[in-house]
Amino acid sequence: MDLNSFKLVTGRTLIQGAGKERGKFSEDYLKEVSTCELDPEDMKLLSLVEGESIVVKTEFGEAKLIAKASTRAPHKGVIFIPYGPVASLLTSPHTDGSGMPSLKGIEAEILKG
Amino acid sequence: MIEVLIRGAVCTVCGCCCDDLNVEVTDGRVERVENACSLALSKFKHYSSERILKPLMRVGNGFKETSYKEAIQESARLLVNSNYPVLWGWCLTSCEAVELGLELAELVGGVIDNNSSVCHGPGLIGVQDIGISGCSLGEVKNRADLILYWGSNPVNAHPRHMARYTALAKGRFVASRRERKLIVVDVRRTETAKLADEFYQIEPNSDYELLTALRCAVNGEEIELSTVSGLPVERVEELADALISCRFGVLFYGLGLTMTYGKSRNLDAALSLVRDLNRKTKFLIMPMRGHFNVTGSNEVFTWVTGYPFGVDLSKGYPEYNPGITTISDVLRRGECDAALIVASDPIAHLPSTLAETLKKIPLITIDPHRTPTTEASQIVIPSAIIGLESTGTVYRMDGVPLECKRILDPPPGVKTDVEIMSDLLSRVKELLT
Repeated sequence: MDLNSFKLVTGRTLIQGAGKERGKFSEDYLKEVSTCELDPEDMKLLSLVEGESIVVKTEFGEAKLIAKASTRAPHKGVIFIPYGPVASLLTSPHTDGSGMPSLKGIEAEILKG
Repeated sequence: MIEVLIRGAVCTVCGCCCDDLNVEVTDGRVERVENACSLALSKFKHYSSERILKPLMRVGNGFKETSYKEAIQESARLLVNSNYPVLWGWCLTSCEAVELGLELAELVGGVIDNNSSVCHGPGLIGVQDIGISGCSLGEVKNRADLILYWGSNPVNAHPRHMARYTALAKGRFVASRRERKLIVVDVRRTETAKLADEFYQIEPNSDYELLTALRCAVNGEEIELSTVSGLPVERVEELADALISCRFGVLFYGLGLTMTYGKSRNLDAALSLVRDLNRKTKFLIMPMRGHFNVTGSNEVFTWVTGYPFGVDLSKGYPEYNPGITTISDVLRRGECDAALIVASDPIAHLPSTLAETLKKIPLITIDPHRTPTTEASQIVIPSAIIGLESTGTVYRMDGVPLECKRILDPPPGVKTDVEIMSDLLSRVKELLT
């Protein structure tokens, strides 16, 4: 088991955005929202390869995802998951008095799936 | 073969609300769309995928088809019998439907909230704290010589924003990309950052520090640190100099500011920075609104109740207290006992611990498509797609109202959000008299 300390960022991607218009149960959408982008250097440190199954864990839940080398690197220590039902398993319900839950910058660990 | 060309249709995907789409319809099907981005093309190509065509009512783990009349009657009964319902969504529909939703909320009590409480709500709180130096996107296109995207990746989320209004737009007084400086602040080198003249990569959750340091630099105060948000202090001063030395700058901020640590305080700092910059040059700020009518939803909420989102009407008058009267907080406390969801998918997009509360209460969903939320609902009422199958008013991200066109007929028997809300409202009034 490999425990690490990462910051999880969730957000929009073109494929996720187009995929949600195709359908929330479409293959393209579900595949995109089940990927986790990592810095390639972090993948090396964790001995992860592209397409490998991982489990991302936060204080609020855990989710199984497919590791993907980020094309937006370097961003060591930052992982990215597109918005959707898988990312939502990991995000924080606390709003700090603002009404806004925390969907970016959440402490996360990666466990090999 | 009947061919129709609809010119100047308004796109109903993101907050850009591009109003220059030319849509070719042949035999009742969309054949070709000009000027559409990849998100809009996907919408026009797949609008009939995963459609719900008949009202549905839950039976055990499945659904049975029901009549529209029965779906309305049962929805009205559930809402009237609940003590503290939550009415949520309102950003993928028209302003006319939102207005009816607010009237319904007033009658049944409970909380009415819109998607901005989980996107740009913190920015609206910031505006209430500080005020905003705003403008229309036309002003940006014609005059801005410095564009700053902060925590925003329009290449992915608002694909035509840069071409229509900012870095790549041909303006009246600023005619080309060479005459505009593009700066990006983000935690990753996004596709937008790759196009920038200057990219400032910062540590996650450190936006407030950088904004505050920039305010110091802009106001001529010394920053007594060697690094800020992971940047050498010289880079911070360089950024401040760039912001000061433009003729007309605009800060476009995304959810990278509203969803991270600090939330509304980040926007207090960003709005204050822009206010400070106006002592040195002309500078404006605008949120990169996500859904096509999230701005309109805020407008209508404000006209009717005085507040832009998160309004509690259970006491017979509007109460607004983000952190208490907002959907995430109501769900976290487990207080609501029924929910009406209009054109939104909270089960997929809210943190799952909050979505679990929604799954335990009677859920009524009005939506054109199957979603994780419709799957968890007690009653599902299919609706026409605004901007495609129904008309209606929407507000672009800069607050400019636009009239959507009807391009196609909705599927047989499928009503518009306005028709559904009117019928629901009439039935609720009957039950309450």
